Amino acid sequence: MNFCAIRVIYKFEMLRTWNTILQSVLSPVISTSLYFVVFGAAIGSRIEQIEGVSYGTFIVPGLMMLSLLTQSIANASFGIFFPRFTGTIYEIMSAPVSAFEILVGYVGAAATKSLIIGLIILATAGFFVPLEIAHPVWMGAFLVLTCISFALFGFIIGIWASNFEKLQLIPLLVITPLVFLGGSFYSVSMLPPAWQTITLFNPVVYLISGFRWSFFEVSDVSVGISLMMICLFLAACLILVWWMFKTGYRLKE
Amino acid sequence: MKPIISVSDLCKTYSDGHVALKRVDLDIMPGEILALLGPNGAGKTTLISIICGIVSASSGSVSVGGHDIVSGYRSTRAMIGLVPQELTLGAFDRVRNTVSFSRGLFGKKPDPAYVEQVLRDLSLFDKKDSEVRILSGGMKRRVLIAKALSHEPRILFLDEPTAGVDVELRQDMWQIIRRLRDSGVTIILTTHYIDEAEEIADRVGVINNGELLVVDDKLELMRKLGKKELHIELREPITRIPDSLARHGLVSSPDGREVTYTYDIRSDSTGITDLLQDLKSAGLTLKDLNTAQSSLEEIFVNLVKNKP
Ligand SMILES: Nc1ncnc2c1ncn2[C@@H]1O[C@H](COP(=O)(O)OP(=O)(O)OP(=O)(O)O)[C@@H](O)[C@H]1O
Ligand SMILES: [Mg+2]
Repeated sequence: MNFCAIRVIYKFEMLRTWNTILQSVLSPVISTSLYFVVFGAAIGSRIEQIEGVSYGTFIVPGLMMLSLLTQSIANASFGIFFPRFTGTIYEIMSAPVSAFEILVGYVGAAATKSLIIGLIILATAGFFVPLEIAHPVWMGAFLVLTCISFALFGFIIGIWASNFEKLQLIPLLVITPLVFLGGSFYSVSMLPPAWQTITLFNPVVYLISGFRWSFFEVSDVSVGISLMMICLFLAACLILVWWMFKTGYRLKE
Repeated sequence: MKPIISVSDLCKTYSDGHVALKRVDLDIMPGEILALLGPNGAGKTTLISIICGIVSASSGSVSVGGHDIVSGYRSTRAMIGLVPQELTLGAFDRVRNTVSFSRGLFGKKPDPAYVEQVLRDLSLFDKKDSEVRILSGGMKRRVLIAKALSHEPRILFLDEPTAGVDVELRQDMWQIIRRLRDSGVTIILTTHYIDEAEEIADRVGVINNGELLVVDDKLELMRKLGKKELHIELREPITRIPDSLARHGLVSSPDGREVTYTYDIRSDSTGITDLLQDLKSAGLTLKDLNTAQSSLEEIFVNLVKNKP
């Protein structure tokens, strides 16, 4: 195991974040605050409680997920796409590192960063609404699992993308709609029955539902299923990455 | 002595069907400087990339220090430092950081003193905290060398180290390469320039169209390659070369209006003065003179033709 390599990849990816620390920290704080002003205070005050939770509090897990998913994907995809784009990937390809070590370095750094952002959002939310977390350990587990799975997914996008446009494509066209339609800002039970069924095909629903359960013990689907779905997604990403490295897909002629 | 790198029967066909390497066999000895000479698209970078693990071979095998580059990639890659042809550096990297990064990537524990020494050796120490993107091209090339040396490799590949480098820096580069060789590093470099190969290499390999045409001791090869031609246009066409000129080995054109003299620019006497005197005494009147260096391309054509 080339631990030195994992360490420097991780360290340099984190350093890149550090260089843009203001942007990295400030932007989630600002956007979260805006969501609370708009949804929590302005609109939320006219919405009654959802399953016994005030609307402002109810949207916290969804808001966190929204950022976690987009941040994990953005960080990891950019992290590996950028060296491919500039050509510096030659060094990683010629180094005595295994696919696994590269993965741990890049995905680990991206996941760490989005984990930190998630916690910052949580802290910011605490300023606006009363927060109680029913199952902190489960919350942590969902948080970490989500960060890792979606960082992995971002890593795949970063390898697949052949230009900057494609890099943005999936987050924009797939992830953002799925998150918004996945119950970030509402409970699935608020939808008409037909839509409730359709919504169940949206994997993000399971994520948000499970995460929300760890906060309020209310959920759209059972926690076990949520957990299973995340693990399934994680496994699918791992298999895809394994295949990519094995075949040298987009990395090696 | 056992070769440190042994390439055997190596072929590469890119996914678009382009054949970049055709059955290349090459042994590289520890401690030598080998220059790979060849025109654009010859396959030099492809060969290097395969040995370093960036491109996978279509068939054939390569071993480095006794290990196969695929099954023993950890050992082989740890031995190799690569300075790529393009000036590829991250946009936001700083000199010292990026060199330390390379060291770690190749599995070496951090060693600030060693990194500092490498930077000093390459006259980069003043720039250690500069962002690499603001450095000049020559400086960037040095940073790439520093990165390649950061993990104390036994073998160094330099892909066109002096492309786009001014005369002074080129001398510097050669100095650096010699110093490295003296410290025991095996060096493989590619170049388009015969004179560069001549200046620093021990052995020279000529590669064209994916074929390694010849690998030979430098002096031997230079004797073959370093030809120059003097074209002499005559006022009156001749039917045959006068006997008095026989010793010069002239070749006349079919219409007899031009004779060509081939000489070696490196020898102490090129024989041109003698030739001109003999031409005069033979009563030939000259209309025009011009000289031409046999181009790399022509040399390749010759090499291919001369192949048994
Ligand atoms: N990724 C690729 N896909 C398809 N063809 C390629 C690829 N890389 C290189 N080639 C082709 O393979 C041939 C050899 O390329 P290579 O880069 O090895 O040449 P080279 O000797 O290094 O040339 P130069 O002196 O210009 O650097 C060229 O014809 C090139 O177009
Ligand atoms: Mg090249």
